[in-house]
Amino acid sequence: MLTASYILFWILALIGIGSALMVVLARNPVRSALFLVVTFLTVAVLYITLSAQFLAAVQVMVYAGAIMVLFLFVIMLLNLSAPEALKERGTIQRPIALILGAMFITALIFSQALLEMPTKAAHAEEIANLGTVQTIGLSLYNPNLPWLFPFEITSILLLIAVIGAIVLAKRKLD
Amino acid sequence: MFDDLTHYNFSLPSEWHGVSLPLLVPYVAIVCFLGFSLGLVPLLVWMERTVIAFIQDRIGPNRVGPRGLFQTVADSIKLFFKEEIRPKSVDVRIYYLAPVLAAFTALAGSAVLPWQFIPFHDAAGRIFSVPFTVGDVNIGLLYILAMSSLQVYGVVLAGWSSNNKYSLLGGLRAAAQLISYELSMGLALLCVIVLAGSLKLSDIVQAQNIKPFGIESLPDILKGSFFSWFWLGSLGVPVVLYTIAMIAETNRAPFDLPEAESELVAGFHTEYTSMKFAMFFMSEYISMLTVCGLNAAVFWGGSLPPLNIWPLTAVPGAFWFILKIMMGIFFYIWLRGTLPRLRYDALMNLGWKRMLPLGLVWLFLLAGLNLLREPNDGPVPPNPNAVPQVQSAERN
Amino acid sequence: MVPTHFYLVLAGILFTIGVIGVLVKRNPIVIFMCIELMLNAANLTFVALGRHFGQTNGQMYVVFALAVAAAEVSVGLGIIVMMFRQKETIDIDEVHLLKY
Repeated sequence: MLTASYILFWILALIGIGSALMVVLARNPVRSALFLVVTFLTVAVLYITLSAQFLAAVQVMVYAGAIMVLFLFVIMLLNLSAPEALKERGTIQRPIALILGAMFITALIFSQALLEMPTKAAHAEEIANLGTVQTIGLSLYNPNLPWLFPFEITSILLLIAVIGAIVLAKRKLD
Repeated sequence: MFDDLTHYNFSLPSEWHGVSLPLLVPYVAIVCFLGFSLGLVPLLVWMERTVIAFIQDRIGPNRVGPRGLFQTVADSIKLFFKEEIRPKSVDVRIYYLAPVLAAFTALAGSAVLPWQFIPFHDAAGRIFSVPFTVGDVNIGLLYILAMSSLQVYGVVLAGWSSNNKYSLLGGLRAAAQLISYELSMGLALLCVIVLAGSLKLSDIVQAQNIKPFGIESLPDILKGSFFSWFWLGSLGVPVVLYTIAMIAETNRAPFDLPEAESELVAGFHTEYTSMKFAMFFMSEYISMLTVCGLNAAVFWGGSLPPLNIWPLTAVPGAFWFILKIMMGIFFYIWLRGTLPRLRYDALMNLGWKRMLPLGLVWLFLLAGLNLLREPNDGPVPPNPNAVPQVQSAERN
Repeated sequence: MVPTHFYLVLAGILFTIGVIGVLVKRNPIVIFMCIELMLNAANLTFVALGRHFGQTNGQMYVVFALAVAAAEVSVGLGIIVMMFRQKETIDIDEVHLLKY
């Protein structure tokens, strides 16, 4: 079990879980955002190990490169106007959340739902080209597959989001 | 035997004393690329100072070394000895992380540039070309775009951690400029992907090794020549869009408002002294090299010579690639010496209202022309692994 | 090849950490970030199972989930900015009414 892919997986898993924990534990929201960027980059490398190369690049570009930059912009601009508004205080919620979280993950792991796969995994030769751009393109624009319509609808969704964000964040000229 | 991409009549053996030489190519490439990128920065600084001096009708550095070539070495020694000031109220870890991020993402993008093709022959005597890159990934172009979208973090974190309201706003403005021009850059590159049919940079260079516009009746000398590169193949506009976007992405004149603000204590690297500032400075030059390299590979033929005749094709492809990068950098410096700076709203206006619609329209135009050219399957043959089974039953 | 259940357990742990974050944190921007963490865990599950069955379905779901997440983040942060402008605080315990 000491092949390179296993070692790589363990390293990535440790970095991913560590940075996800730091997202929750960090006091400063900018630190949380930076640790979340590390988590996203780790997930992108995990996508590469799962032969989803296009998704890895898109994950870095969209999540780590655009969404988190947006988060950082908002945190920094809000911090500029009111630095006190972003401090954290401890309450009774914390231990309850930890207990419930521990129960949740224990239930997930020990219910064997995650530990046994009823079918065998696909062989490496079949999935060598699974994540290339050509494959994704052929699946996305294939009229026999169900992905063409969501693709068109997503464009309208993004348009709505752009208009919505502008309308919400615009200052009203009184 | 000639290899079509390298035009050499010799080729390296692919096995040498049991060691597979094509597998060693990435490691040699790492050493070469790092040496080139980091070692060329002093030369670029000298070149910039000299060329701008000539544009401004004066002589550049001429004291240290022949023609002032060692001026950058002298500047680096001076920078080493500058006092390392860290303001007390900065966020220490992010303060020191920002220049590292800027330099790292700039350097990481240059890993997939295709410098040239090296011909190998295997045991049966067949010749195959191996691109001389660190990683010839099949998402090469997306990888460079991803690394350049990570460059925003260096700027934003530098502005934030300086604990200076003006630095923060300057950093956020610079970041807004960077993310605006990433879009135009991506659209210009998409136009080329439509023509080349692949995201792999070595495939894009290979796709330019054809007769201009695919017309077979032109003489052989024009195969892979200046007129068959994608600056003409994409009908001229994407190369202009990409060039403007790459200048904006690297924060160079005339888009260097972040640098101008540093003069007024409002830029994102105002609070950075000595070596940390040198890191930002160096990362600007390295990212210049990376985007010029991408420009050369995608629009100007990469390692292909301008004409397909004998003395030009005997020169190694890396020479042409470096020559094209240097011409791109000369263009950068020429613009810096010539054009005035853009005001921030003019910059944003240009990026969103002029370049983005033009890029979209050109993408549609090229995609439509591509359909006319090859109406059935396009340049990419269908992948037998690609068509999944069994899902069409679920659709209705 | 790493067995698929390794990825599923990792995604489960990331999801749990996201859930704990949503319950514990008081800053709505950080809560939003933990929601993004949960979305990423779900995406990782999709891709891992897609590879397990050798189909591109998993990755197609993730493509759309990415687009929807991007749209959701922009609108959500717009709401937070507006909330902040109204009340000058974004502590989640203060802004707990549906009207302001």
